[in-house]
Amino acid sequence: MTAATKGLFEVRMHGRAGQGAKSGSQMLAEAAFKQGKWIQAFPEYGSERRGAPTVSYTRISDKALRTHEPITNPDAVMVFDMGLIRAVPVTAGLNEEAGILIVNTTKSVEEIRQIIGFKGKIYVIDATGISLDLLKIDAPNVPMLGALVKAANIVPLEAAEEIIKATFLEKIGMEKVEKNIQGLHRGYEEVKNG
Amino acid sequence: MSVIKPLSGAQAVAEAMRQINPDVVVAYPITPQTPVVEYFAQFVANGLVDTETIPVESEHSAMSATVGASAAGARAMCATSSQGLALMWEVVAAVPGLRLPIVMPIVNRALSAPINIHCDHSDTMGATTIGWIQIFSENAQEAYENMFLALRLAEHKDVLIPAMVMQDGFIISHGVENVKILDDDVVKKFVGERNPDRFLLDVKNPYTIGPLALPDYYFEIKRQQEEAMENAKKIYLEVGEDLSKLTGNKYPYFEEYRIEDAAAVIIVLASAAGTAKDAIDEMRVDGKKVGLLKPKLFRPFPYKEIRDAVKNIPVIGVLDRSISFGSYAPLYTEIRNSLFELENKPKLQSYIFGLGGKDIFKNDIKQIFEELLSGKVNPEEQKYIGLRG
Repeated sequence: MTAATKGLFEVRMHGRAGQGAKSGSQMLAEAAFKQGKWIQAFPEYGSERRGAPTVSYTRISDKALRTHEPITNPDAVMVFDMGLIRAVPVTAGLNEEAGILIVNTTKSVEEIRQIIGFKGKIYVIDATGISLDLLKIDAPNVPMLGALVKAANIVPLEAAEEIIKATFLEKIGMEKVEKNIQGLHRGYEEVKNG
Repeated sequence: MSVIKPLSGAQAVAEAMRQINPDVVVAYPITPQTPVVEYFAQFVANGLVDTETIPVESEHSAMSATVGASAAGARAMCATSSQGLALMWEVVAAVPGLRLPIVMPIVNRALSAPINIHCDHSDTMGATTIGWIQIFSENAQEAYENMFLALRLAEHKDVLIPAMVMQDGFIISHGVENVKILDDDVVKKFVGERNPDRFLLDVKNPYTIGPLALPDYYFEIKRQQEEAMENAKKIYLEVGEDLSKLTGNKYPYFEEYRIEDAAAVIIVLASAAGTAKDAIDEMRVDGKKVGLLKPKLFRPFPYKEIRDAVKNIPVIGVLDRSISFGSYAPLYTEIRNSLFELENKPKLQSYIFGLGGKDIFKNDIKQIFEELLSGKVNPEEQKYIGLRG
């Protein structure tokens, strides 16, 4: 069953604390919320320290959500740090027919496929490179979000823009918000699939 | 009018507190209650509330200051979790006897040791016998609305006992969901002002609060507290009807979900009930007659009403998110007690799940239903869900 027919789209984000996977899952949820969807965004918490592996989830639904179980069969998995691939079973529960895997990497789709052995759709994006280029920090969440918008078409790019503005304006000011919006667009445009 | 916002459970409760605009809030931050305090502190800093917050060095002091403010006549609130509740225990236990209508949101978290920050109900299940009203919430929406219900209930002149409003730590407190928020004015009108008959700073009518009461009157004061609990049970429904006019939602003692014709029913509190509803719908499609009963009001406990609701159910599984070491689990105990008067009792099975944040999945719930439907249950055996071998 595709995400469109079941009216439910579930995303799991694997990152490292500090990379913004938690806010990434929330921004995605809020963008979908703006489209009138029912949403859940929730992180898994451990003993938080910068660099530790993190998992966060987004559920987007046409109907009210009641379940509070973690997502075990995601429609999309986003990997914010290549190094996690060896430590964490990132493709667990990801359907090889319909599932989407998006990896923040400078490697090609073929190289990633060899490393992970996932037979389904793989997308690669140098989200860290984009973030370093625009903001001089490793905050790949926004370009990753752009890549997801392109790969899954689950929310319009404009909705993501709006949420980025709402999330960051007060904290970092308009100049950096604009850089983030550029990052979103670059993620959208530069993502490659194989 | 109302507006739907994407909010976490912690934000939703902080939002309720902003709309209530209490005179005094004293809370010491503890995971996973922390965001409640953080969001509320922002409201204070931004001048969105008139509340006075008092920085304190521990939960014991937090509840002490809350008690002082409430005794002085203020509408005072606190909030905590787990070890925080444990540390303020001495004062928490005194509040009902002082007859102070303090409302305290609780973000449920496992008790140490071993240290754990995740959800279970062992913190508030330790506080079921001391005279606080306890209301469990399934999701952020319920946590938000239960704050208003608890406030009006606690402050009712025939009640005047404190209330805890629970939500599941992290699962609800840190998960963002769609939450319908009422207009500020609507809430303001619903909660009104606290108008105590007697208060410490009323210098024209001096009275004593918290005196020594030896065998002469202690017993009588405790009997009055029990009467307040009995009243609370009645008034809970009345306040719920009033709130229903604003929210469109219902506030029964417990929610019944597809139990009319059910061959097996699960009884579970809080967030796991939502997951159970999805499991039930899927099993119903396959022709399995299963249902759910979700208690909302845990203290006072609606024994008779639950008995009437489940008397014709052949088999019931009770899922507890805490252990009562050396005795039956807390919710299981209450359900077992509820059924005592029945001649033909449903078969019962006790399950423990989710301690220290162990996830419970829809498939776990389906397996429990299959076991219940098979009839292979033992009311004296406590089973464990998802326990590693």
